[in-house]
Parts: sequence; structure tokens; C-alpha cells
Amino acid sequence: MPRFLTMIRINEQDLPPNEFPPEFEQRMGALLEEITKAGVMLDTAGLLPTSEATRLSWSGGKISYTDGPFTETKEVVGGYSLSQCKDKAEAIEWTRRFLEIHPAEWNVSAEVREIQEM
Amino acid sequence: MDTARAVEAVFRIESARIIAGVTRIVRDVGIAEEIAQDALVTALEQWPESGVPDRPGAWLMATAKHRAIDLVRRKETYARKLAEVGRTLEDEPPPAEPAEPDDIDDDLLRLIFTACHPVLATESRIALTLRLIGGLTTQEIARAFLASESTVAQRIVRAKRTLAKAAVPFEVPYGADRGARLSSVLEVIYLVFNEGYSATSGDDLVRPALCEDALRLARVLASLMPEEGEVHGLSALLEFQASRIATRTGPDGEPVLLADQNRARWNRLLIARGARAMSRAGSGPYSLQAAIAGCHAAAVRYEDTDWARIATLYGRLVQLTPSPVVELNRAVAVSMADGPAAALPLVDALAREPALNSYHLLPSVRGDLLERLGRPDEARAEFERAASLTRNEQERTLLLRRAAAL
Repeated sequence: MPRFLTMIRINEQDLPPNEFPPEFEQRMGALLEEITKAGVMLDTAGLLPTSEATRLSWSGGKISYTDGPFTETKEVVGGYSLSQCKDKAEAIEWTRRFLEIHPAEWNVSAEVREIQEM
Repeated sequence: MDTARAVEAVFRIESARIIAGVTRIVRDVGIAEEIAQDALVTALEQWPESGVPDRPGAWLMATAKHRAIDLVRRKETYARKLAEVGRTLEDEPPPAEPAEPDDIDDDLLRLIFTACHPVLATESRIALTLRLIGGLTTQEIARAFLASESTVAQRIVRAKRTLAKAAVPFEVPYGADRGARLSSVLEVIYLVFNEGYSATSGDDLVRPALCEDALRLARVLASLMPEEGEVHGLSALLEFQASRIATRTGPDGEPVLLADQNRARWNRLLIARGARAMSRAGSGPYSLQAAIAGCHAAAVRYEDTDWARIATLYGRLVQLTPSPVVELNRAVAVSMADGPAAALPLVDALAREPALNSYHLLPSVRGDLLERLGRPDEARAEFERAASLTRNEQERTLLLRRAAAL
């Protein structure tokens, strides 16, 4: 059974309000419980904003550091899930359910990537 | 994404729950599975036209339950007509309301306990569980167990018939029966994992897909029965064991012994999951085995392994589930903790066990002890005997190589 890393991308310049609608939290909790009960979810978490982040790059034989926030990037990874599904179609179906419980006026995207097993 | 694939993905996610929900109505897993399949066919016909509904799982469940209720009503009408000629048929009225999510969980748990019912032979329990709860096709099960498809299909048909004939109630038992019935469920998952972890026959030493199916079943069970320590124990055991799968075989599929495995490649996420499950484990046999596997997982280098603790845990396991195989494992741990001389008498005592007569690991362990005690001729004979007993090609090669090296 392949594993998938699903990256949830958000636009930090266009963040949802700090106050989440209460039914959203509830729906999210119920869905996460369902994915866990299906034996699919291996690990999931949200990330602190990129203002807390540091980028390291290796180029020309040198390391350079850039502290966040990364305003030049429109979308940044705001969270991830690591799941194990029978195939990509199943991973996509769970991801669709995840996105669909968000309020209609929010912009969130998710990228489903299969993990290369060694 | 074409609709058919989306529909199939939805069905795979939901099928165990649909079968469970329908079984509660029709009280027959065979009929329930057919009704679930019918609902899938209906979806495959309708959704490409009408689009996938907002809550596809609920749609499939509702469709299947409608059919189930129709069927029961028809049967009741028939029964009433029969009763008019002097016969009765006891049947609960079908539930009118759609089930709450908690009910669905309960149904799924009942389905697991039904598929693992002791009235069925072990291999039937395994096949039925993989089929109904694991969502494997007959072909996938056959391939996993190196059996012919018709054999597995037969096995599943017979299992359903046996359950119907024995009128096995659709329930999770409470009271005196519960422990024994839970053991049966845990054993099925354990056996599926084991067949994947160290294949009893064939050319491949491991079949990771089976391990993953078992892990998924264990994770589902742990979330459905969070209060059962042994369920978490089994879950922890499988997570720990699975963390090593990638390192147990070499490039040509040859077995790599625990001492030689590249621990940097052990899957840390699975080890962490194992530790989390371990914290909720109990003190039964699976929890003890998990504690042993956890000791190995915790050792960054082979030399760091806490063999004394492992020997103690095996000692407890022997008391709980006396078995020559466990005693043999204890002997190995003792040999690592206190040296081969301390372990040889334990192994020699086991040589008189008729149950281990053709168990290749006994001469294999004995050969290892003799080699470490500097008795190469006797060791060689033991390795050759072990090679003649194993049914796994890769293991045979390894044993013959060890014999030749002496």
C-alpha cells in the first residue's frame, strides 16, 4: 500500500479569520477521527507561519540562510498529512473530503504526492 | 480523475461499513456483501451521469440499506404467508432510522467479530476478514497466500454458509465469551501479518502488502476498541515489526539477520507509532511481544540491545502462553544475555518436544549456539538439518551457507 504526503497550501496574505466557525472545528475533528478509524492516517500536523521559518539553501558550494516570512511566495505549506492508502484515488478521495469541510469563502489547496518507497 | 475510479475509491473506503450496516438488517454477511456490490453497480451507472453526490459514502449506505430493508420485508411477507400455513419465522423488524456514526462503528466491530468467529476454520477466518473488512479481492487474497483463486473463493463461500447455518449472532460479545472471541480476532490479524512478515513458503521472504493489510486492520480495531489493552498491544507489536521490514531482506531477497540490519533504515515513524500504542497496551501476550519488539526498536546499535530485559519478558510470555517456540526465543535471549553455555540446556530440553520435530529454527538456533561454543562439526550438522526442514528457499540458502562456512 503506497504512502502519500499531502501538503496543504495556504496563502499567508489571505488567511482565514482567527475565529474559526465552531461547526468547522467540529467537522474537522469528526473527519480526522474517521480517517484514523479507517486505519489510513499515519501522521498529520499544522505548521507555524513562515514568519517563524528559516530557509537554508546550498548553492555554489555555500550555505545561505533566509528567515521568514516568505512574502514572495503566494502559497506556502501550512500543514501536512502522511497517509497509507490502497492507491492514489483513495488518497485523493480523503483529501477531497478534507477540503470540502472548509468554509466556502476560504482558499485552500492540497497537493497529493506519492512517497517513493526505497 | 475519471468518475469510475472515484466511485471505486469511495466504495473501497466505505465497503466494510456498508456491509456491516447491511448485515445488521439482513443478518447474513453473504447477502450483505451482494447488496453492497449492487449499490456500487448502481453508483457506477448513475454517478457518471448525475455527478458524484456530496456525501458519496452516505449515498451508498442509504442505497444499500433500502435494498436490505426491501429484502427483509419481502422475506417477512413470505414468512407471514408461511405462518398462515402454520409456520413461524423469527425476524427483528428492520431499523427505520439511518444509523448514527457511532452505530456504524458498532456495526463494523460486529462484522469483524463475525468474520473472525471461532466456528470458522482459521484460514476461512483470514480469507473472510481480508475480503469483508480489508477490502481485498479474492484474487489478491489468493496471490498473498499462494493459493488458487478458486480455492479461496470456495473458502469464502463456505465460510459465509457456515456462519448462516450456525446462526451466528451479529454482535460483539460481552461477559465470559468476550476474551476468547477477542483473541480470535487478534489472532487473525496477527496471522495475516506474520504470513507477510516471514512467508511460510514460496520464494519471497516477505510480502509487505500483507503486513500493510494487517496493520490497517490493527489500526482500525484499535480505534474501535480503545479500551482494550491487548488490541493496542497487537497494534504496537505490528508497528514495531513493520518498522524493520525494509531491512530484513538484502538486494537479492536474502534474509538479513537482526544483528546485521541497517538500523538507520528502520522506519522511525512506525517506531514512534508503536511506542504510542505501547503506552496504552495491557499485560497480555501481544503486549508482552510488543514490549520485546520495542526493546529491539529502542536499541540504536545491535550491541545496545537489552537482552536481559528481553529474556525476562520472554520468561513472562512463557508463563502466560506456554509454547516451545516462545521457549526457544527465550533461549536465544538468554544466550545473548548470559552466553551460549547458559542457553544450550534450554535448547536441548526443547529437542525432546515433539511439536518442534520439524521446526527448522530449533536446529538453526542450536547450530548457532554450538558454533559460538567452538563446536563446528556439531554446528554444521545442525545447520544442514535446519536447511532440510525449512520451506523457504531464501532461508535454506542462508543455512547452507552457514554450514559451508564452518
